[in-house]
Amino acid sequence: MNVFDAWRGKPLDEALLECRELYEDASFPTVRRWREAGGKVLGHFQVYFPEELAHAAGILPVKVRGATIDAMQAESRFGSYLCSILKTSLELAISKRLELDLFVSHPICDAARNLAAVFGRNTGYPCQILYLPQNANSKHAPTYLAGEYRRLLSDIEGVRGRKVTDGDISRSIAVFNRNRALLRELYDLRRETPWLVAADEAYILVALAGVLPREEHNELLEWMLPQIRRRGGRPQDRIRVVFEGGFCEQPPLDLIRMIGQSCYLVDDDLMIGLRWITSDVSSRGDPVAALATAYLEQSSYSPVQHDLRKPKEKMLLERIRTARADAAILAAAKMCEPGLEEQVAYTRALDEHKVPYFVTEFQETMTSFDQLEIQLETFVENLLFA
Amino acid sequence: MSNPPPPAPPSILGRGNAEGAKLVRRWFEDLDATARAGGPSAYVFVMGSFAEVLRCFDFPLVLPEINSIQTAVRHVAHEYLNEAEDYGFSPDICGYVKADVAVQLRRGEHPMGRIPKPALAVLTNACNTYVKWAEIWERMHGTRVFTLDIPGTREADHKSPPGSRSFENDRRYVEAQIKELIALCEEMTGKKFDIDRLRRNLAWSNEMNEAWARILELNRGRPSVFSALTDGTIYLGVSNAFRGSAEGAKYFRQLAEELTLKRAQGIGTVNEEKYRLVFVGVPCYPIFRRFNELFTEWGGSFVCSTYLWFASGGANRGFRFDLDHPIESFAEGSLLSVRDAMDSMFLNDRVTQEMIDEFGIDGVVYHPIKSCRTVSTGLADGRRALMERRDIPTLFMESDMMDRRVVSEAQMKNRADAFFEGLAARRLREAAAAGG
Repeated sequence: MNVFDAWRGKPLDEALLECRELYEDASFPTVRRWREAGGKVLGHFQVYFPEELAHAAGILPVKVRGATIDAMQAESRFGSYLCSILKTSLELAISKRLELDLFVSHPICDAARNLAAVFGRNTGYPCQILYLPQNANSKHAPTYLAGEYRRLLSDIEGVRGRKVTDGDISRSIAVFNRNRALLRELYDLRRETPWLVAADEAYILVALAGVLPREEHNELLEWMLPQIRRRGGRPQDRIRVVFEGGFCEQPPLDLIRMIGQSCYLVDDDLMIGLRWITSDVSSRGDPVAALATAYLEQSSYSPVQHDLRKPKEKMLLERIRTARADAAILAAAKMCEPGLEEQVAYTRALDEHKVPYFVTEFQETMTSFDQLEIQLETFVENLLFA
Repeated sequence: MSNPPPPAPPSILGRGNAEGAKLVRRWFEDLDATARAGGPSAYVFVMGSFAEVLRCFDFPLVLPEINSIQTAVRHVAHEYLNEAEDYGFSPDICGYVKADVAVQLRRGEHPMGRIPKPALAVLTNACNTYVKWAEIWERMHGTRVFTLDIPGTREADHKSPPGSRSFENDRRYVEAQIKELIALCEEMTGKKFDIDRLRRNLAWSNEMNEAWARILELNRGRPSVFSALTDGTIYLGVSNAFRGSAEGAKYFRQLAEELTLKRAQGIGTVNEEKYRLVFVGVPCYPIFRRFNELFTEWGGSFVCSTYLWFASGGANRGFRFDLDHPIESFAEGSLLSVRDAMDSMFLNDRVTQEMIDEFGIDGVVYHPIKSCRTVSTGLADGRRALMERRDIPTLFMESDMMDRRVVSEAQMKNRADAFFEGLAARRLREAAAAGG
């Protein structure tokens, strides 16, 4: 079944507007429609989740990434000094804006690893932790992770009420491989012709993967990408920047738009979990083992995964180089410990390599950007007229 | 009628605290000597140190969490925090990390002596900040970092039991990593692994675990024989710094002896124990003694705490390693113990409820702190859930374990006073109801 048809049959700009409306709608209408049709929903907190396992069971995997809402009830369930995404994500659940059948989080940080317990105490459905390996360099990690995925799969089967075969998983992997290829195409397009797609438009197109059945998202991108390529427009004299710091809590859409108005945002780590796996998952052999291997061996980086092979500052420098960026925006969500800690390493590495950078903090619920806009424009002008 | 126990020899009472302080001082002196000789060290953490393996290779062990605590209780933490913030670290991250960053920037200078640089860092995932912390040493010193990943409980009330498929998947993963750690230590030191040394170290840890579990249990009786907040922190220091060692085993054997004697003689830790309390969170080290006095002045005694459970790496389980199968058993024991430590933080409502039932508790004091989100994030909700299930007075006070800028003693005193007035009024009501 389709849960999002509003874009169909419309010109590109109108279709993009429909996408924006869906992204900003904190009542999650696509999820509601899915449930109204009898479907089950698995909510997974940032950053990465093997969505193929839920998809193979016929369950809609939904990315829980907070929202720009007032966390009235959730606020009292947390202390101070915490990031916003925890509070708004719980608010979505308590207020039933987002109704789930299973919630899964991963211990990405000290705060988020408490979420499964907090959700469990406040909702009536099962809430659990998926223990993705934190020792990515152990030779045993892929075997462990395949076992952990099998454990999770068994719980997913319990929610769905039916067994999932390896054939089901292989078919889901094919759907998600197609999706990852389309997302890579979108990022290639941004890197090569950033004047054709605005930063916030590209972001929304990626983010919708978190609330749509993946087949529908594939259909959307398959229609959008050629349309965007056909757009007119000429390159402008803008600096090319990479945005780093959006791996978990997401900056407000208006902040992304504001950045896009000042510079060409040619790469980022926004919603990196949806793009974590960087090439096709193997279609040969045990599909669960293939997913586990892909998580460890064919993957991106983030401040919440330690891998001796992927020092974060080197990975950032590589991202900047590949994107042919002139500068970086080093952001961190307020009270986000991993993000704030990584900023120190990033700034030192960029200093060493003489890459200009702009450091900032954000919160998903912030609404005023005037001061930030002035600072960013000053930074950009300094680079343009240096 | 049985005879009263003989009076305690003066050398036994108070020995635990005196010897504990002496041992910790001597440990710092040894580290100072290592640092001055330019020797290597292994940095480890309290929630799963794997000291038993590292001692097989003669690594001097550094516990950076304890180093940081020492700066706070000695009232110099602010100097270290400021230095790390000047270096670029945010005021909103863990104070332990920042104090240590400053120690590293000062080439090991610390109030207790010089701290050697880390050649190796071994950390579990019981706290995510451990991982980020070790990355700092990796960058500063080129330290070899080994993350020993220990999967925790997946869902409240669904702990995988030993022997289950899920548990065995976790256990095999931990065992494989222990073997990889051993190989790394062999490579770094050029020493061959001696499994009999591991057996011996595990035997000492067995003694320590057994004594630790016994000591915690002694406070079920009235009056409490030690303060879970102040005395307990000294015991924890020894437990972590001397894990898997002869000194550690001897200390805990003697401590259990001392506290058993106190129990037998009815010697309490406060003059008149009026209220038995649970402490949930991490101590307020910038005003460590004063914080405790806010409660003892009213006859309140902290008889147990989640801190003594999780910051001992789950030693409260009293796990006994099987010396015939040392590596396999070490994997299983580490998995069960560190998992238990994590449960004491994330499932704090359940753990606290157990303590209320088993220790005859009158009130629960929550102390969430800015610096530690691992412990603090779930406390407000845990308290809410607990109060739905139990009619028990609770006090919720936020401050910090390191940063005196967010510690307001006057405000805390007001809150503590009001809490005790409530407890007293409640007791009067209960007495009146029982009398009427």
